[in-house]
Amino acid sequence: MPLSASRSLVIALSKGRPLSELLSLLAQLGIQPTDDMTTSRKLVFETNHADVRLMVLRGHDVATYVEHGIADLGIAGKDVLLEFQGDGFYEPLDLKMSQCQMMVAGLVNEGRLPRRLRVATKFVETAKRHYADKGIQIDIIKLTGALELAPVMQLAHRIVDIVETGNTLVANGLEPKELICNISSRLIVNKVAYKTKQALIQPLIERLAEITT
Amino acid sequence: MTIEHWLLPDGVEDILPETASKIEQGRRILLDLFRSWGYEYIIPPKLEYLESLLTGTGRDLDLKTFKVIDQLSGRMMGLPADLTPQAARIDAHSLGQDAVTRLCYADFVLQSRPAHMLASRSPLKVGAELFGEPSLAGDVEIISLMIEALNQLGMQSVQLELGDVRFFRALMAETALPEPVQTQFFDLVQKKAHDELAEMTQRHALPDALAELICELPMMAGDNRILDQVKDKFKDWPGLVAAIDDLAYLSELISARNQNVQVSFDLSELRGLHYHTGMVFSVFLRESGQSVARGGRYDNIGAVFGRARPATGFDIELLMISETIPTVPDARRVHVVAHADGNLQEQWRMIEQLRASGDIVLEGEAIKSPGDWDLVWLTDEWQLREITSE
Repeated sequence: MPLSASRSLVIALSKGRPLSELLSLLAQLGIQPTDDMTTSRKLVFETNHADVRLMVLRGHDVATYVEHGIADLGIAGKDVLLEFQGDGFYEPLDLKMSQCQMMVAGLVNEGRLPRRLRVATKFVETAKRHYADKGIQIDIIKLTGALELAPVMQLAHRIVDIVETGNTLVANGLEPKELICNISSRLIVNKVAYKTKQALIQPLIERLAEITT
Repeated sequence: MTIEHWLLPDGVEDILPETASKIEQGRRILLDLFRSWGYEYIIPPKLEYLESLLTGTGRDLDLKTFKVIDQLSGRMMGLPADLTPQAARIDAHSLGQDAVTRLCYADFVLQSRPAHMLASRSPLKVGAELFGEPSLAGDVEIISLMIEALNQLGMQSVQLELGDVRFFRALMAETALPEPVQTQFFDLVQKKAHDELAEMTQRHALPDALAELICELPMMAGDNRILDQVKDKFKDWPGLVAAIDDLAYLSELISARNQNVQVSFDLSELRGLHYHTGMVFSVFLRESGQSVARGGRYDNIGAVFGRARPATGFDIELLMISETIPTVPDARRVHVVAHADGNLQEQWRMIEQLRASGDIVLEGEAIKSPGDWDLVWLTDEWQLREITSE
C-alpha cells in the first residue's frame, strides 16, 4: 500500500475553487509556492519549505489522494465530500470559504408533480440521502453539467445542485425549492498521517482554525 | 460479449510463489510465537449460520459478510468476515472452560466489501484472543504479545495508539438520545468534524458541560501529556478517570518493556460501535504510516452463546504486510538427471542427504540458473558441480 513514506507534508488543493483565496490562506500559514501556481502548468509545486509540497487536483481527486495517504492534507468542498465513499480521512475544519448552498430547485410554475419524482443531479449520493430522509422514493438521473436544462426540457421534475447566487436558476425560469445543506471548503486530513505526523499537522490545524474564525 | 476468462473479481488476487512463501513464513513465525505464549491453535469453520456468525457483533460485520443459502436446511449461512466472533463462540460454547482461555488462529476470511479501496476482499487474519481475564493484566498481555509478534515479523519501530470506547459510550449514555442520533454523533466523532459536532449538540440542546466534552473528544489525541489534561475534564466521571489511569499505567509498562515502541493516544478512535467495550488499540509503522495490527476489548460478546466472558485480542493482516516479512533463507538448488549413468543406489542416498540438510533437489527438467548445482557422476562417485554462467 503506497502511503507517503517520508516525514514531509503533501497538501492537495482543489481546482475550481478560487486558487488565489487558497494561496492567501496558505501564505498566512507561511507556506508559499516557489512557482506562480496561477499561471504554471505544473501539477506539483515545491514551496519555501523543503518538506512541504502542493498539488492541484479536481475536488473528488483531492479526496482520493488524501484517502490513500498520498496527500496528507487536502482542501475540498463539502459537496464533494458528501459524495465521496470512504473513511480514510478526518474533516477537522470548516474553512468557511467558497460558501454556497446545496439546493433542490424546480420550475417556477411547475404545476402538480407526480408521486414518483425524477431528479437530475451531479450529486447522486446527496440527492438519494436527502429524499430517503424525507421518506420519498425518487428516480435519479445523473448529469454532469447544465442541470438547469433538465426541468426546462422535461427530462426531470427537480434538480439537486449547488447554488451560489441563484442567477443561473432565475435565468432559466427556475427557483430554489428546498435547502439541503450549506456547503463550504473543508480541511481534510488522512487518518494515519494525522497520527504519525501529528507534530507537523496539529499546529497547522490550530493555526488555520485561528485564521478562519 | 466476450468474457475475460482470466479476470479476477475486484479485491481478489492470486498469491504467487514469492509472496506466498513470505506469507507462509510469517504465519509460521506467528503461530510458533503464540504457542510459546500458551495460545492454542483453533480452526473455525468456513461456513456458519448467519445468526451465530453475526450475533453480538451488531451491524458492524453484517454488510461485510458474504451470504449463501444452505441447500440442506434452507437457512442463511455466512462466510466469516472476521475470526474474532467465531473464537468467542468457541470459547463460550464449544470449550466452555471457566479458566482463562488463550486461543489463536490463522486463516483467510472473505469480505463482501473491502476494508478500504485497495484492500483485499480475502485478507489473511492471524490473531490471538484472551478470554476470561477481566483485569488490566489481560490488556497488558495481549498488547505485549502483539508488539512481540510485529518485532518477530521484522517491524522494529512502531507506533502504538491506545484508545477506549468507554469515553464516547459514557457521553452518549448521558445524552439519552435515541440510537439513530447517537450513530450520527458516532460518524462525526470518527471524522473529527468539530464544527458539525458543535452544530449537532446545539440542535439537540445538550447541556453545556456535556456538549463541550463531546466537541472536545475528537481532539483528545496525542502523546501521554494529553492524559493529564483529559483527566481534569472528566473529573466528575469516576469510571472514566479509572480508564485514563489504566491507559497511563499500560503505556508506561509497554514503553518500559519495548524501547522501540512509541505510544500515542486517541480517545475518540472507536473502531466498532457495537463490538468493542473498552480499551482499543492499533499499531502503525513509523516510517510508512501503514496500519499493521489492531484489536481491543470486547467483553461479553459470548453472552448469547450461553456465557458472558471478558475478552480481548488482536489480529494482524498478513497480506498487507507481506513486504516486511523477512525472506525465507535461500536454499541451494541441486539438479539431478534421473536414471543417469552411475550408481543409482548411491544417487538416491545422496539426494536424501541433500534434502535432509535443507537443499532443494530437482529430479527432472527445470530452469537452471547460475549458482545452482548439478549432481554429476565423476570419477566413480556423485559430485556436486556449481553451474556458472556460460
